[in-house]
Amino acid sequence: MARSNEPIWWSLFSAGGMVAAMVLPVLIVITGILMPFGLAGDDPLNFDRIHSALSQPPIKLIIFTVISLPLFHWAHRFRFTLVDVGLKSVSTLIAVLCYGLAIAGTIVSAVILWNI
Amino acid sequence: MGEKEMSTYIRSVPNTWWMKRKPYFLFMIRELTSVFVAGYCIFLLVLVYKLTQGVEAYSNFVAAMRSPTSVALHLIALAFVLYHTITWFNLTPKILVLYRGEERIPQGLIAGTFYVGWLVVSILVAWLVLGV
Repeated sequence: MARSNEPIWWSLFSAGGMVAAMVLPVLIVITGILMPFGLAGDDPLNFDRIHSALSQPPIKLIIFTVISLPLFHWAHRFRFTLVDVGLKSVSTLIAVLCYGLAIAGTIVSAVILWNI
Repeated sequence: MGEKEMSTYIRSVPNTWWMKRKPYFLFMIRELTSVFVAGYCIFLLVLVYKLTQGVEAYSNFVAAMRSPTSVALHLIALAFVLYHTITWFNLTPKILVLYRGEERIPQGLIAGTFYVGWLVVSILVAWLVLGV
């Protein structure tokens, strides 16, 4: 059997899907409903509080994981969705673009978090 | 007599196949939830980036999150992401096949465990982020 990179992408897809399923709904409720309507105390996302939290390496690592892994989840799913709607002829280009964007997002988030 | 080579018959599928039946359509919606998943992660990335740009840049961004546009976008994203979560946990027991001795652990139990885990993680995240 030919060697394939598929297991790597599938693992990242799977891990990202799990992270997204577990933590994104509550984060969206916080940043999109509780915070805007003032239902979560007095300015919980204020600069000093979030800045000092994100200065701690373990928190940086958690946020990095929460941003990066779901990007690979997207890349894998979106890649096959585009092929499914008729872009089979450019499937290699699509794969490169999707995974490339996820890798780029991962590098950017690592650099940003490193500099806090 | 000319010999005709055998060829595989490939039935053409129109690109609109997913609009033809409800299960196909729901499959497509499930796949498209990933766009909202990634979109929200990019939003988080921008939020963290604003943090590196100083108090003013960050505070302006957080203030903009109170706008009706931001709230509306969050609500749309929430609907798609919840659909992702539900389909994801319902699918997991089909991939994660566990046995206790000879007996297969029921799919409902595995899915149920993930739903309980989701609740615990959500409370934990809310507690960590909001500090209440």
